[in-house]
Amino acid sequence: MCIGFPGIIISIDKDNYAIIDISGTRREVCLDIVDEPVDVGDYVISHAGYAIHKIDVATAQEKLNFLQELIDNEIY
Amino acid sequence: MKYIDEYRNPALVEGLLTKIENASRQISCPVTIMEICGSHTYAIGHFGIRKLLPESIRLVSGPGCPVCVTSTRDVDIALYLAGMNNVIFATFGDMLRVPGTGSDSLQKKRAAGADIRVVSSADECIALSQSNPQKEIIMMGIGFETTAPTIAATVDNCRRKGINNFSVFSVHKIVPPAIHALIADPLLKIDAFLCPGHVSTMIGSAAYQMIPDAGCAAVITGFEPVDILEGIWMIMEQIVSGRKEVAIQYSRGVKPEGNTKAMNFLQSIFRVADAEWRGLGTIPASGLVFRKEYEAFDTLTKFPVPDIKSTEIKGCGCGDILRGIKAPQDCPLFKKICTPMNPVGPCMVSSEGTCSTHYKYY
Repeated sequence: MCIGFPGIIISIDKDNYAIIDISGTRREVCLDIVDEPVDVGDYVISHAGYAIHKIDVATAQEKLNFLQELIDNEIY
Repeated sequence: MKYIDEYRNPALVEGLLTKIENASRQISCPVTIMEICGSHTYAIGHFGIRKLLPESIRLVSGPGCPVCVTSTRDVDIALYLAGMNNVIFATFGDMLRVPGTGSDSLQKKRAAGADIRVVSSADECIALSQSNPQKEIIMMGIGFETTAPTIAATVDNCRRKGINNFSVFSVHKIVPPAIHALIADPLLKIDAFLCPGHVSTMIGSAAYQMIPDAGCAAVITGFEPVDILEGIWMIMEQIVSGRKEVAIQYSRGVKPEGNTKAMNFLQSIFRVADAEWRGLGTIPASGLVFRKEYEAFDTLTKFPVPDIKSTEIKGCGCGDILRGIKAPQDCPLFKKICTPMNPVGPCMVSSEGTCSTHYKYY
């Protein structure tokens, strides 16, 4: 039930609701409890109509690079 | 799909499987890992993770599905509330078919005429309340720390808007006390926990310190195949090295300190109280009830509920399955009279219930 999906913020209205795009599907989410200030173009994880986390792009990329490096160099 | 496809990369999956296999060869005993998040239960089944792992690694499902752990008594109270006159009862869809006493359910109540609406966010109740001023809107407040702050934020929003025909029947539960209970269960022998991703987005990592303190490994893990396998590999590394800690695999979704803004909402509106879990019994300080200042939004304060005699479903193994001491296949009803089309117990209802997942994928 704690399902959450990453989506990109398309717009934010005056009542603090955003339209997010999840791979073509658009949803309205409330930004009242998201953990950091967000803007159009940011990726957020949303759950039950609320954005709950701003994805740190650098952290996400760093993790993928780390895994790819381990695999590429066969450091098992 | 950004932040999803990258974590389904077959090359990364194969690399991680090799790492897990190499680590498992360094350990003489089998390893039992429990996931305590319904979305993990679903993902492990959906992606066929069990079949990919070495035989010495056993994955068991714990009480990670909020719908499944809701007690029969709380389902019965929901059925009573939904049947009251002049009420619109709002609920997340997962709850509709969960059986209460005598196999009654919200779905059956709705078929009999009750005004029960499925919502995907508590926020939808604001518009429902405003467009139905003559009705009482009751939201079934179900879910763990991921969902409870969204309900708290909705309550706060209603208070600011002056809405007074909305209330929440809170059966919210919090995860760490359940882990405490599982660790203390003499029938369970768990070596490690795959800790829930989005609960941890909210509560952070410190809340799980009792897991390494009890000698078990703990890794907060995401929901894609690469996430789950990396989480398992990180667990194996902890077991091989003997250094137990709470590690975060799902770093794109979880900060060590969690989401303090959301938790402040939760804590300003709810306080912890004892709660009854299906299968685990009453766990101290594991539920969320309204603080006095917000009692105007508490369904149970607003509408007195009569004594209801609740009885558990005969023969249903959900209780032991939720504790991880039985597999669905051990239940005499599984796949015989209990199926996703005709669920007898709650674990067969929700798509992330252990029985439903086993029915579909094993």
